[in-house]
Amino acid sequence: MKKVIMGNHSLSYGAMLSRAQVIAAYPITPQTQVVELLSEMCADGTLNAMFIKVESEHSAMAACLGASLAGARTFTATSAQGLALMHELLHWASGGRMPVVMGNINRAMAPGWSIWTDQNDSLSERDTGWIQFYCSSNQEVLDTVVQAFKVSEKLMIPSMIVLDAFALSHTYEVVDVPEQKKIDAYLPPFNPPFRIGPDDPHAFGGLTSPDHYMELRYKLQKDMEKVPALVEETGKEYEKLFGRHLGQVDEYLCGDAEFIFVTSGTPGYTARVAVDELREKGIKAGNLRIRLFRPFPFEKVRSILSGIPKVAVVDRNISYGHHGIFYQEVKSAVYGQPHPPAIFGFIAGLGGRDITRDAFKEIADHALSRSRAEEEIVWIGVKK
Amino acid sequence: MTKERKMTLTIPREELMSPGHLACQGCGASLAMRVALKALGQRTVVCIPACCWAVIDGPFPHSSLDIPIYHCAFETAASSASGVKAGLEMVGDTETAVLAWAGDGGTFDIGLQALSGAAERNEDIIYACYDNEAYMNTGIQRSSATPLGAWTTTTPVKHYKKHPKKDIIAIMAAHRIPYIATASVAYPEDMVKKFKKAREYKGTRFIHVFAPCPAGWKSRPEDTVKLARLAVQTGYFPLYEVEDGEKWMLNVKIKERKPMAEYLKLQGRFRHLKDEEITMIQNEVDARWERLLKRCEQ
Repeated sequence: MKKVIMGNHSLSYGAMLSRAQVIAAYPITPQTQVVELLSEMCADGTLNAMFIKVESEHSAMAACLGASLAGARTFTATSAQGLALMHELLHWASGGRMPVVMGNINRAMAPGWSIWTDQNDSLSERDTGWIQFYCSSNQEVLDTVVQAFKVSEKLMIPSMIVLDAFALSHTYEVVDVPEQKKIDAYLPPFNPPFRIGPDDPHAFGGLTSPDHYMELRYKLQKDMEKVPALVEETGKEYEKLFGRHLGQVDEYLCGDAEFIFVTSGTPGYTARVAVDELREKGIKAGNLRIRLFRPFPFEKVRSILSGIPKVAVVDRNISYGHHGIFYQEVKSAVYGQPHPPAIFGFIAGLGGRDITRDAFKEIADHALSRSRAEEEIVWIGVKK
Repeated sequence: MTKERKMTLTIPREELMSPGHLACQGCGASLAMRVALKALGQRTVVCIPACCWAVIDGPFPHSSLDIPIYHCAFETAASSASGVKAGLEMVGDTETAVLAWAGDGGTFDIGLQALSGAAERNEDIIYACYDNEAYMNTGIQRSSATPLGAWTTTTPVKHYKKHPKKDIIAIMAAHRIPYIATASVAYPEDMVKKFKKAREYKGTRFIHVFAPCPAGWKSRPEDTVKLARLAVQTGYFPLYEVEDGEKWMLNVKIKERKPMAEYLKLQGRFRHLKDEEITMIQNEVDARWERLLKRCEQ
């Protein structure tokens, strides 16, 4: 059934269709409607779940982990400061192999207080062992929740679904809300290989000596490495049932491109308008939108960017003292590869400043007028 | 001919804690767990945050308990237990008791927010704090459960703890949870009774267990039970219950309280105290005892 819903409600519907059993959450702008709708669904019985209305994001994640360990499918959502408060437990989730699925609405970190979008909140959690998906439409948000449960529960690794504040969270779009029974056919009930309970008592997460710790981390990495193929496989399966492919990346006119914008999140849509305009002028432009950020889709990115003369990576984030984070990652993916492209790094749109069509024009002008990057960061639209 | 008196053992024989654990000699916390589990039984899941018990249980892949353990983050005993309980219910297990088992640091300090949240929601969990009155696992640093006058590695003798310990029971009573009790390793029958009682209740139950620590208190391992008993007999750690935050009941009535000096002198952590400081401590205990008696009379 098609509905006109906001991005936040896409997360709620995704959790509902996935039959989340325990939800623990704490309100934070711009995430609030996610949990408001879920609490209504729990109250009216649309969703058979227990909603734990905790006193902080730290407790939200702690409660999710306890529930996940007991064998329940578990969902939460947060933003920015809330995600940062959860940080300790993000490591707990992946280290303890608890496949919680969480929506994170990208919001810039304070100070100064900001409720507007940028990616420094979720990218600060890059190394916590979570799978990270970046979405660019409300439809993709809903679909990704369902896919994320499937991927997470198969590998026992938690997933974070990331969407831009306001540009998606509060923007209404037409979304196809799939039938429950079709989702049930795609996503079986959570049946973990281990769970906490008195019938088979074990100690989970106890003191681990140097003799054992490294093997636990090795196994986590080895399972992380299985994610890209599993995303492709589950994405194709989803496409068969629902007609929408959910891959590691999303390509737009990359096949014959000589110049590619690499983006993540909603700026990808704007980039495509710029691509069309460049093509009208005879420039073979394309857009590569990175959907799966962790684990990084090395193979995909390499195969698409190999042989492309110029690539502009647009980052709505920054690693202070280094560069844009997607820029670093793309560079590391193509390093040492045959025919690597000239890669240009741009930082734009921090703290919710719009990344406009003109911004993409400026980015294209900069990259197309130079044979190689003269500086690691080109700031777009900053008042210097 | 004297009348034959029949002794009834009120402490279950079942042992859910095995020898070979990593507790120090004379550890009150290990004794507390052993007794608590005898009362709660095998169908219990325990959430243990960072505390001595995170280690006592034994390193991976060993465990000294015959019940499942979730080793959770320091400040999450109550929130983790809330989640485990919800998760178990959603997978159809409504019988298993979920126990949060935290030290005083994890309860009085870093875990207080999560505990308050769980208590306000009246989560269906048993929260037990075994109180050894400092961060013993990290090397005897003061917590807000450290008593007035005590030496710790962060309250050196020249600057010993100047404030009395936080009144955790009053805080929990203010949440009006169904059941609160204090218990002591020197009174195992009383402790078993309280944990059994707690298991029968629904909602948040809080049990504050007094657990001497020879390593941190600089006391002799063989004095652990003696010290725990003296703490009750002096009125320093009275044994009582609070139901619904309102009904206060003293369980072990003490006609003539022993002087605090008797309790303090067995512990190296109080060795620096001068007579007037011991009087100050005595006065604090006296005032607290009177307050408790009034509450219990109401």
